[in-house]
Amino acid sequence: MTWEAVIGIETHVELSTQSKMFCGCPTDFGAEPNTNVCPVCLGLPGALPVPNETAIRWTIALGLALGSTIAPHSVFHRKNYFYADLPKNYQISQFDLPLCSGGHLEVDPGTGVRRVGITRVHLEEDTGKSTHLGGGGRIHDSAATLLDFNRSGIPLMEVVTDPDIRTPDEARAYAHELREVVLSLGISDARLEEGSMRFDANVSLRRTGTTALGTKVEVKNMNSLRSVQRALAYEIERQTKLLDSGVSIAQETRHWDEEAGLTRPGRSKEESSDYRYFAEPDLLPLATSPETIAALRRELPELPAARRARYVAMGIEEAAARTLVAGPLVDLFEAAVEAGAAPRSTANWVTGEIAAHLNRTDGDPAALALDAAGLAQLVGMVEAGKLSSTAAKEVLEGVLAGEGSPEHVAAGRDLLQVSDESAIAGLVAKVLAEHPGEVARVAAGEEKLIGFLVGQVMRAGGGKADPKVVDRLVRAQTHQ
Amino acid sequence: MDPADLTIGEAGARLRSGDLTAVDLLAAVRRRASMTEAILHAYLTIDHDGARAAAAAADAALAQGQDLGPLHGIPIALKDNMVTRGIETTCSSRILAGYRPPYDATVVERLKAGGAVIFGKTNLDEFAMGSSTENSAYGPTRNPWDPDRVPGGSSGGSAAAVAVGSALAALGSDTGGSIRQPGSLTGTVGMKPTYGLVSRYGLIAFASSLDQIGPITRTVGDSVTVFEAIAGHDPSDATSYRGGVPEVRSTLEAGVQGLRIGVVGELSGEGTAPDVAANFRATLDALAGAGATIKELSLPSTAYALSAYYLIAPAECSANLARFDGVRYGPRLPGRNVEESMAATRRDGFGPEVTRRILLGTYALSAGYYDAFYGQAQKVRTLVIDDFRRAYSEVDVLVTPTSPTTAFAVGEKANDPLAMYLSDICTIPSNLSGDPAISVPSGLDSDGLPIGFQVLAPALGEAIMFRVARAVEQLSGFTARPALANSAGAA
Repeated sequence: MTWEAVIGIETHVELSTQSKMFCGCPTDFGAEPNTNVCPVCLGLPGALPVPNETAIRWTIALGLALGSTIAPHSVFHRKNYFYADLPKNYQISQFDLPLCSGGHLEVDPGTGVRRVGITRVHLEEDTGKSTHLGGGGRIHDSAATLLDFNRSGIPLMEVVTDPDIRTPDEARAYAHELREVVLSLGISDARLEEGSMRFDANVSLRRTGTTALGTKVEVKNMNSLRSVQRALAYEIERQTKLLDSGVSIAQETRHWDEEAGLTRPGRSKEESSDYRYFAEPDLLPLATSPETIAALRRELPELPAARRARYVAMGIEEAAARTLVAGPLVDLFEAAVEAGAAPRSTANWVTGEIAAHLNRTDGDPAALALDAAGLAQLVGMVEAGKLSSTAAKEVLEGVLAGEGSPEHVAAGRDLLQVSDESAIAGLVAKVLAEHPGEVARVAAGEEKLIGFLVGQVMRAGGGKADPKVVDRLVRAQTHQ
Repeated sequence: MDPADLTIGEAGARLRSGDLTAVDLLAAVRRRASMTEAILHAYLTIDHDGARAAAAAADAALAQGQDLGPLHGIPIALKDNMVTRGIETTCSSRILAGYRPPYDATVVERLKAGGAVIFGKTNLDEFAMGSSTENSAYGPTRNPWDPDRVPGGSSGGSAAAVAVGSALAALGSDTGGSIRQPGSLTGTVGMKPTYGLVSRYGLIAFASSLDQIGPITRTVGDSVTVFEAIAGHDPSDATSYRGGVPEVRSTLEAGVQGLRIGVVGELSGEGTAPDVAANFRATLDALAGAGATIKELSLPSTAYALSAYYLIAPAECSANLARFDGVRYGPRLPGRNVEESMAATRRDGFGPEVTRRILLGTYALSAGYYDAFYGQAQKVRTLVIDDFRRAYSEVDVLVTPTSPTTAFAVGEKANDPLAMYLSDICTIPSNLSGDPAISVPSGLDSDGLPIGFQVLAPALGEAIMFRVARAVEQLSGFTARPALANSAGAA
């Protein structure tokens, strides 16, 4: 009996607006606990929410990027539940009238493009953060809970997919691609490790070839793209074993334990929640005019998929294009090409040596000592034969160490390649005169000795002669 | 005349002529409070130090020629559901015992900016839920006209204070009549502005879509003065109206000649006490005599307004009051875990009426019941709005008795929630519609208790509402003061 997994993903994305969703508090991560707070985000008596218009615009922008329909009238609702880190004991969220409905995202898990339907994108406020002391970090066994409300009220966008995902690889590819889109819009730093982007998945199995949905399990606490893949692989295997042995699946929430590599059941009480949604009376319905939508559509940047396609059209390999677009150096690449650098070799430099340097030094791409003009110059020098590829790596090292432009470093370190034929011809003549025996053997057909002679010429030239020119001249002179 | 018995207008004139200082005016109000509080219990907190400092500052400013406006130096009381920085704010609930807010409500900021002297915080039905000010965790407030009777509610403390002279004016909040009904029962002028004209920022919410802050004063003129001071757009309240405050003063004395006044049949007939009904008819006759056209109208949806209100208001309150859990402020009862602690804190902290409404609202919003209850109530609300719109195409204002009865005895309805709810039948429709309304004293019943006359106007129709109210005030010639105020003033 074979089973097919049906997976839907809910993604929460913290927007990196200057201020929180319903108050003026800053949103920066890592401040002292309970310092970025005010009566509104602490839920003090009498405080009222005022919506952050930037957060609304950014959510609409993501909807447009995903091809969603933008609601002309959207409503905030109160989602009621008691939890110590939810200061009002209700969350201002959206219910039946979200900002964005429908749409899709094309993802490629490496086996071809898949289209994942988007159900909705809505906006809500984040909760505070609980830290449970003792009891293994679980609230129910803990000795005490510390509450930090700095996160309370940070704008939180929720993106819900249709149950279109079939494999852990597709799930990971979806998560990756959504993150790429969010980053390209500049609306969130989307840092998984800091929790500014979080994934939950609903997973059920059904017999291959059938269409009815099985009982779903919600998997939470997947804090990296890799853990999305691992957790779903584990969960599918777990459910498969149960179903194969005739045990039915319980509808429940399970938490992924990264270290143990398995999912564990959450509390069953969470399933029976009745959130008693009703329209938030402290806020007016949101009206979004066609003009606003049109303006936001015009402002949309080039999306990752389009950018990758453009790079491929420039002659860059698919894999390199993917790495480039996902990486931190895409702007440097783009600007270097703009400055006249050859795309393909520029892409190789950026995804190769420069990315490796950044990785090695754990550096900030913005603080790199190499700018677009410098990169274009370096690529240009290699293309023009002024630098050997070995010398170019050394030049790059010098540039990244802050020694100046590639031309300056190449000159300073005496790495410029000699391509001038008359200068090289002199060297060739000298070396051939010194090795008459070898020259005679080449003339007699011992072609492999050409390499020896070229090597001698290169050595005589201190390694700076253009090997292509040397090779050509040596052949010409020995075959006269 | 004891300065505590002055209107804002009179006191302002004397402050500016040098006849009276703000410090002396405050002293008179304090004296009045000290003579009446043991009987009335209008106040939960009196801020003696803050008031003294504010009065001294008001005198100093006036001496330097700095005049902050008509409330400069005037002692004003606040219902204890408006937050005041550093001053205990409890909503008459044990769950907020000892709570000192870190900020001032927008109305408090506006009053202070206008030079007002905040004298204290007045008693209310817990979280403004009630019509008698008996549902207070700190004991009931009594009516200065007869201490065996209630002052109405929920703004009963504010109304009693203004009636007896322990404040020259007060702010109340009105969710279903909580300013107007106590105004009616204490012989004061209680006004609920158009929803959105006065900021709710810092008003501890009962039912957000219905709550509105407004003045309780001794005269219609004073009501205008306080209204002008507190109304206006506030960026901190997303439901605050951006279109500007209606100009009301220039037409205040224009009279009712040629105005069309509608009488709502459903709200002025059956269930109205005979003396109240007779006074209402007499007031209508006087208005007709002054040149108004009186027209009987029917607003059929008002029959369902009370039911709709008692679904919408509890539903909103069930969420608004969820935040009181002892986690971040207020008393906290222990528990084996946070949920038990929250439950114990709430069980102990809320009184029976608040608990009843939270349960009612939670039920009305629950899965499977939402459509039948909350959803249906919202439809009734739309019908009420439609009924009012139709009525205002025929008349300029609508009038009703404010309350079907005069002040009832302490304890009389305390155990009969339905009877208590019915005392708001005439005031609730304008909360559902968001329109302005005012209660003006129009006479006394055979027991010597004040009767209130209510004027309703369309949204932003404050000018015509005040104009008709002013005419009623003049025509009724109501100048009576409660016995307690007279005896205290003579002492």
